[in-house]
Amino acid sequence: MSFFRINNLKKSFYDLQALAGVSFEVKEGEILGLIGPNGSGKTTLFNCVTGMLKVSGGEVFFRSREVTNYKPHSLYKLGVGRTFQLVQLFPEMTVMENMLMAIQESQGSIWTRLFSIGEEENRRKALELLEFLDILHLKDQIAENLSYGQQKLLDLGMVLMSDPELVLLDEPLAGVNPSLANNILKRISELNGRDKTFLIIEHNMEAVMDIASRIVVLDHGEKIAQGRPERIQEDELVLEAYFGG
Amino acid sequence: MFQLILSGLAIGAVYGLVAMGFSLLWQTSQTINFAQGDFLTVSAVLIVILVGSGLPFPLALLLVLGAVALVLGYIYKRSVIQPLIEKDPHSIIVATIALSFLLRNSVSTFWSTQTHRFPITLGEGTYRLGTVALSKHHLFTVLIAVALIGGLQLFIKKTKTGKAMRAVAQNREAAEILGIDIQLVTTIVFVINGLLVAFASILVAPTYMVSFSMGTTVAHKAFYSAIIGGFNQLHGALLGGFIVGIVESFTAAYVSTQYKELFVLILLIATILIKKQGILGTEEY
Amino acid sequence: MQLPASNKKYILSAVLYVAAVISVPFFVGFSPYYLYLSTLVVIYIISVMGLNITLGYAGQITLGHAAFMGIGAYTVSILTLRGWSFWPAFLLAGLISLLLGAIIGLPAIRVKDHYLAFVTLGFGSIIFLFMTNEEELTGGFRGLYGIERPQIFSLSLSSDRAFYFFVASFLLILTAAGLWLLNSKWGRAFKAIRENEKRAEMVGVNLLAYKVAAFAIGSLYAGLSGGLLALLMRFIEPTSFPVTESFWLLIMLVVGGRGRFEGAFIGPLVVMVLPELLRGTEGLYFVLFSLISLFILIFWPSGLAGLLETLFEKVFDREMPGLTK
Repeated sequence: MSFFRINNLKKSFYDLQALAGVSFEVKEGEILGLIGPNGSGKTTLFNCVTGMLKVSGGEVFFRSREVTNYKPHSLYKLGVGRTFQLVQLFPEMTVMENMLMAIQESQGSIWTRLFSIGEEENRRKALELLEFLDILHLKDQIAENLSYGQQKLLDLGMVLMSDPELVLLDEPLAGVNPSLANNILKRISELNGRDKTFLIIEHNMEAVMDIASRIVVLDHGEKIAQGRPERIQEDELVLEAYFGG
Repeated sequence: MFQLILSGLAIGAVYGLVAMGFSLLWQTSQTINFAQGDFLTVSAVLIVILVGSGLPFPLALLLVLGAVALVLGYIYKRSVIQPLIEKDPHSIIVATIALSFLLRNSVSTFWSTQTHRFPITLGEGTYRLGTVALSKHHLFTVLIAVALIGGLQLFIKKTKTGKAMRAVAQNREAAEILGIDIQLVTTIVFVINGLLVAFASILVAPTYMVSFSMGTTVAHKAFYSAIIGGFNQLHGALLGGFIVGIVESFTAAYVSTQYKELFVLILLIATILIKKQGILGTEEY
Repeated sequence: MQLPASNKKYILSAVLYVAAVISVPFFVGFSPYYLYLSTLVVIYIISVMGLNITLGYAGQITLGHAAFMGIGAYTVSILTLRGWSFWPAFLLAGLISLLLGAIIGLPAIRVKDHYLAFVTLGFGSIIFLFMTNEEELTGGFRGLYGIERPQIFSLSLSSDRAFYFFVASFLLILTAAGLWLLNSKWGRAFKAIRENEKRAEMVGVNLLAYKVAAFAIGSLYAGLSGGLLALLMRFIEPTSFPVTESFWLLIMLVVGGRGRFEGAFIGPLVVMVLPELLRGTEGLYFVLFSLISLFILIFWPSGLAGLLETLFEKVFDREMPGLTK
């Protein structure tokens, strides 16, 4: 039984074909890097797979259950979490509220949420995660007042609140200074050690080659290569896609 | 029957003019101007005032067009729209609503709460085509409206400014990168909108009479027209105008005058729920 | 923001808000005119509170709020004139508003912002058309009159003073309910939808359920306030509920402060009481208010409530306690 599988995924916008039949698998417990030049369809793939866009063809499987076109919040409840390229937070809420918001909908039913009162456990978990990410001191700050790097960490924290098994990160290191980037990579490693599977889109080659166990390369909506980082770095097709023709 | 169609087309043309202004604003700046109707009212009222104080109509018209271009175009854009465009979309909606109130109540407070006649008409009586009598006024309305629309289309297609407008409407960022001054283009569009609305007011004032609320119904119908026909395409806005005009005309004749809005409203809600971009509209991302 | 059981402070705020409002007649006197005005203000506070839930907290624009006041008013009027006793009529008015509000909320799933504004506008217009034209049911343009105030627990409400306190007690109950709602996880979900719908979805928020709820609850408040309005005036006519009325409610909320609970109190108070102080300015007052709202929108979006909060912080050097926002 595969953990996460994409089969012949297609997506077109009118006459523009963003994804032309992409297939690959994510193995449980691995960190898979998804790379490719700009416009190759990586974020579109994320959007399709998380239900933000309707697919034009193909299927998505999570633990042998077909989840093609599942709505985002259903996938969320099944254990798939995702961050966005441009950090997406709840700007006017505090950091703590953002964290609590990230988990409240996966517990109980809509009616218990109207009447239930306790969230001590969630609070404790949030504090733990915030500490893990080194932003505990910001817990009562309004989210939009945080620096970009801090917001990225909060974003990551929010994704982790619901304890997802599969975490999709869309350019977690974009626009982040090297020491913070290292920080984030360390955390990802640690979490991976705690049995979280990661699918990461990244442009930072050094970082992704370093941390990923396998790489998938997209170009113009097609998978042109996949395999271990060392192999990919020498693959001709990949080099051509990035550097020229 | 023909009269119904002609009168439908005539009022539809007016709706179309206003709807096109609406659509232009939306395409270039993603704003909805809830005060559109009051722009119309103010234009008509100003003409009534100027003519009433002795100015000949053509001069009054020119002055009003100039005033509208300046105040309802330029000043409006710079002082209200620009600061709010960065904030949440609701702010613009509420702001234009507040502006609408402001204008409306200014007219009723500082001018008059009564209905007045418009100083000119577009032609009295009818033309006879065999057994059919077609109202001159309606005919001229349609002709003038078509001329204006044609002029606008030419402007957009042929002039550099027009091309810049189209570029901004299609892709704001790309246009900026290409060196187009977005703010200037937007201001021009607001000015054009003001002028379109001013012309529409002249076409509609003779039949509707001039009062502080005359523009509101027209504008509402124009909103609906733009939505039904297609917000983000000029042709759509125009088509919508004609559709609404004709539906109204026939409903008033065959069902009841009070409920003539009803079918339009149903059409509106149906459009938004079935294809929210309208008949000729295209997808927005 | 703490949850109900752990934050007693907001209960105190609830009592304070309501007490502040209720005490007004004690200052301006219980003359029939002022009593009428005070009751009217309380009724509008209830309505705007509902609008605040839908628009201020959940971020869903609605230009048809007044239509629901109309629905509530007409339901109560029609039923009581046909012999129904008050409570069933009132409850039915609430129920109808709730259900219709939920229905109006459905398009909110497909469309947002401007398009949603138009749908709600269209809906409000349809209701208004209905009210004006269905002569047999609604009395058409003339409206309905001769509505009687009920007896509550063998206390007659025909006295204006008694009715005022009756309405005020509704305010108390609905304020408490509103505070509970907005401080619960639903309140947080509403805000999440308002602030970042995409992310809210990704985080598990069922947009359909919550948006429908926001509309339904807001409309419920409006419907109930409409029912009370009918009893206050003892007659109703369609001109009390045109689309412009929805715009006024919007302006009241904006001036008061959307997304701030006190906003629903401050807005109606200021908008309706100020003209009393500016007697004789009539139409000028409308002009003034439009200008003020524009000003607030451009320069001070958190409204008068936000202004109050900021002033408090400047003066007392800490955040105003017990806020719900």
